[in-house]
Amino acid sequence: MTEQEIYADLTAEFGDKIIEFVVEETLNPTVVVKADSLADICTYLKDTEALQFDSLMNLAGHDSDGVSDLSVIYHFHSTFLDHYITLKIFTPREDSTVDSVANIYRTADWHEREAWDLYGIKFNGHPDLKRILLEEDWEGHPLKKDYVAAEFYRGMRIAKVK
Amino acid sequence: MGALNHKFNENILITSLDKLLNWSRSGSEWYFQFGLACCAIEMMSAAAARHDLERFGAMPRSSPRQADVMIVAGTVTLKMATRVKRLYEQMAEPKYVISMGSCANSGGPYWQHGYHVLKGVDQIIPVDVYIPGCPPRPEALIEGLLHLQKKMREEPRLAKKEGQE
Ligand code: SF4
Repeated sequence: MTEQEIYADLTAEFGDKIIEFVVEETLNPTVVVKADSLADICTYLKDTEALQFDSLMNLAGHDSDGVSDLSVIYHFHSTFLDHYITLKIFTPREDSTVDSVANIYRTADWHEREAWDLYGIKFNGHPDLKRILLEEDWEGHPLKKDYVAAEFYRGMRIAKVK
Repeated sequence: MGALNHKFNENILITSLDKLLNWSRSGSEWYFQFGLACCAIEMMSAAAARHDLERFGAMPRSSPRQADVMIVAGTVTLKMATRVKRLYEQMAEPKYVISMGSCANSGGPYWQHGYHVLKGVDQIIPVDVYIPGCPPRPEALIEGLLHLQKKMREEPRLAKKEGQE
């Protein structure tokens, strides 16, 4: 199926939970969906005979400008039918929570921890949501564009030495 | 003297114990493998057949307790920095540190915006030799090791150090 057809299929199934279909030259065609129905949509993508998206290739947090909402982007691939789709959801900058899909796609487990670590997006129902790259006692979520690096970490200087 | 005649000239060497110890020590710079990023690839290549670090008696060790030199080859993240320090503390005296590449020297490409990078490993452990480059070629690492050998040879070991009673 082409991305256009998959989008049509999702709209037929989920109606107004599907917000829009974005096609930009350099990006994969992306379906923007409502965050609260994400888990349902993922289950549908995985279990439907005509779609069979068995692989979540990637899951990434994203902060476009440091002011507007954060987003989470999901890249799916069906290894049986060899087609692709990208989903995107938006979530507020502060105290954002998104439903975890780790129980649907195991890939999501570590990727969601990464998005939590670097963007501060919490994933509801994640089996073990803790930092994956930075130390447990790290403060803040550094890939958010409004992040300001601390001067010291455990007595070690972070700012450049003048 | 009979049987011992003519034997001494060839087989006896007079030196100071200091020099002997330093000579033997500098000829066996066993280094602690410390590949942290891309620079480690050059360190591996320096140890491999073409550049063959073992010509200089430098041999990689995987345990700090068996190593004389720590070659910090790569980006020292703040998370790793605490481990670097601990491993340095576990090495037996006398111990030396070679800081290999811009990252270990000063933060390298992350010197300005790297929120997660230590801007120079010399902030947490004393460094003996700095090797510039991003990454330094194996020849540069070899030169660094030879400089360290020179430094080792010149150190007083048993003789009283200056200023000591
Ligand atoms: S100095 Fe350059 S080559 Fe070496 S670890 Fe840093 S970035 Fe990599």
